[in-house]
Amino acid sequence: MRPLLSVQGVTKHYGAHIGCADVSFDLYPGEVMGIVGESGSGKSTLLNCMAGHLAPDAGQVVFDTRAEGPKHTVTMSEPERRMLSRTDWAFVHQHARDGLRMGVSAGGNVGERLMAVGARHYGNIRDKATDWLERVEIDAARVDDRPTTFSGGMQQRLQIARNLVTGPRLVFMDEPTGGLDVSVQARLLDLLRGLVRDMGLSAIIVTHDLAVVRLLADRLMVMKSGRVVEAGLTDQVLDDPQHAYSQLLVSSVLQV
Amino acid sequence: MIELNDVSKTFTLHNQGSTVIEVISGVSFSVAPGECVALTGASGAGKSTLMRMIYGNYLTQSGSIRIGDVDIVQSEPREVIALRREVLGYVSQFLRVVPRVPTLDVVADPLRALDVSAQEAQARAQSLLTLLNIPERLWSLSPTTFSGGEQQRVNIARGFAHEYPAMLLDEPTASLDATNREVVLSLIEESKARGAAIIGIFHDEGARDRVCDHEIDVSAFTPGMAA
Amino acid sequence: MTDQAYNFAYLDEQTKRMIRRAILKGLAIPGYQVPFASREMPMPYGWGTGGVQVSAAVLTPDDTFKVIDQGADDTTNAVSIRSFFERTAGVETTTKTSEASVIQTRHRIPEEPLTEEQILVYQVPIPEPLRFLEPRESETRKMHSLEEYGLVHVKLYEDISRHGHIATSYAYPVKVEARYVMDPSPIPKFDNPKLGDMAAIQLFGAGREQRIYALPPYTQVVSLDFEDHPFEASKADHPCGLCNATESYLDEVIIDDQGGRMFVCSDTDYCAARQAAGHKGKDAA
Repeated sequence: MRPLLSVQGVTKHYGAHIGCADVSFDLYPGEVMGIVGESGSGKSTLLNCMAGHLAPDAGQVVFDTRAEGPKHTVTMSEPERRMLSRTDWAFVHQHARDGLRMGVSAGGNVGERLMAVGARHYGNIRDKATDWLERVEIDAARVDDRPTTFSGGMQQRLQIARNLVTGPRLVFMDEPTGGLDVSVQARLLDLLRGLVRDMGLSAIIVTHDLAVVRLLADRLMVMKSGRVVEAGLTDQVLDDPQHAYSQLLVSSVLQV
Repeated sequence: MIELNDVSKTFTLHNQGSTVIEVISGVSFSVAPGECVALTGASGAGKSTLMRMIYGNYLTQSGSIRIGDVDIVQSEPREVIALRREVLGYVSQFLRVVPRVPTLDVVADPLRALDVSAQEAQARAQSLLTLLNIPERLWSLSPTTFSGGEQQRVNIARGFAHEYPAMLLDEPTASLDATNREVVLSLIEESKARGAAIIGIFHDEGARDRVCDHEIDVSAFTPGMAA
Repeated sequence: MTDQAYNFAYLDEQTKRMIRRAILKGLAIPGYQVPFASREMPMPYGWGTGGVQVSAAVLTPDDTFKVIDQGADDTTNAVSIRSFFERTAGVETTTKTSEASVIQTRHRIPEEPLTEEQILVYQVPIPEPLRFLEPRESETRKMHSLEEYGLVHVKLYEDISRHGHIATSYAYPVKVEARYVMDPSPIPKFDNPKLGDMAAIQLFGAGREQRIYALPPYTQVVSLDFEDHPFEASKADHPCGLCNATESYLDEVIIDDQGGRMFVCSDTDYCAARQAAGHKGKDAA
């Protein structure tokens, strides 16, 4: 089997400061990988390098595109990369308002990616948007309401619908449950887990919440000071951490 | 089906003066299809640790643990995940689920992961839950709110949903009443009959004697304990 | 005689050359917004400073100049711009569409078809058709360069979801030669079909936003729409009260405080010509 995403030696500096250094891994189709670490450990920098939002200083990212097979996303042309980010990729931001158009109705938000790839039939776009609202457990009657009238959890689910409507293969998530109530988090996690399985998605989830990765991620990377200090099967890293920092991280979580 | 060869493990506690604890060393044994092996030994001998190593949950430092053709010690995470999905089942002592997922879906989940149709998976889940005497009114609720015994039975139903060729059972009959204990033991016997290789930990001696073909005393491999 | 103190058509030659270069670039890339160094003009922004600079750059002493504001030759804006060029350029002016060689317009296209001998100059308030949903100029430029135009349809989608039909009735977005999405300035969408395949050169000037864009003669211009909500060029469903025309764009005029109203051609030259030819509407004196 060919990796969906192959990351080799990705390095990003901010001046003298290390964003992330020499990160390498392969992500296979259907795999969900978690990246954990404290604030400033470089996990978001790495995510943004992989998703094409930041240009790494060194290293390469190869993505197996639907249309043309493996391609280097760092060196490909910007239009190509932006096209990928509308078709094969999805990006779920921590704050829903970074990933939504707050002045546009829920239906318009979900429909945008469809229109961006050429959908021109209003009825079909609307049907698909309504269908997706229901899949993320938002009442279809809210299709014409703006996200400003939605709760935080609903906004996050709307962001997910908006991202998944074009059937991407790789979803980047940056703290997808951050800032949500615990009960809302559980619902979102359950939803994400179902979508990941039903759509055969691969995902990379950056979070500092170990419970989130235990429930969603097959694999885990632990980062500290821009470097990967440990990687492996999620439950193995959490239950039998090998690196001093991973042990500290795991033992620092309050048990409930 | 399951074959351990000179398996050893240490824990290094980096945050407690880098203490190195040798937990297990030099374990070798194998389990054939249709066979059930019990891990025995005093509390703290490392029975659960060994079982977790076989499941890939704990990292094994040396030796090999082969499940079918796969050496779990050398495998990539995705290979371990595929193995757990298709070949290697594990009934732990504790149920760990996403909150708010209905019991029926929790039990059907391992089959859904194998691309069994929702209908078929649910039917199998229903028959197992019925067998294990979980009242139907609870099926649509999340098991997180259930009693310890009920959770354990849901866990067993989930563990037996798919017919794994290899199974690990950690105290499957603990905290069960006589009726349900009997159900679980017959499930184990049925699995053996269809050719599953099983490794179990049973404090319940009666259960152990009934389903297990032989015993491995783990204390023999525990440094500082056998001596 | 202060008028003689000014260069021909107010602007100095260097500025006119700069604007002409922008116009030529605009003509070469139909629908593309060319930045230009808009000058301060002796009138406020919003009064047509962009159109005036474009007109100044294309006018020659032999031209005949016409200005319309919402179709009318006799409103303050039209009158003052016309007199501005009478004084600073000394060109002939006219109210007759067919006699003009350069027509500056605010928010209308004349009813009478234009010819290859004519230039139509539009005054544009906001040249960027994507601005309503994407406030960042850096991002809209990128969207144009990469032809990422999904957002325009989001706007139309929102229209239909809110009103049941595409309610945008002016400044209706168009796609030029299957490439650039362009704001046709706030002309009624009734005029949109005239944009395409026009014999005259069409130039668009946005003074405050410092952009010039253009449509060379006979350019393909398509109004954006959905398959199940096709574009419609709409107008008030009445004949003109003065000249009885049924094919022209109409203004609604309130004539008393009893709810009385009449519909008249917004193109005053067109209406006057028809009345002179003997056409008479029901409200004609």
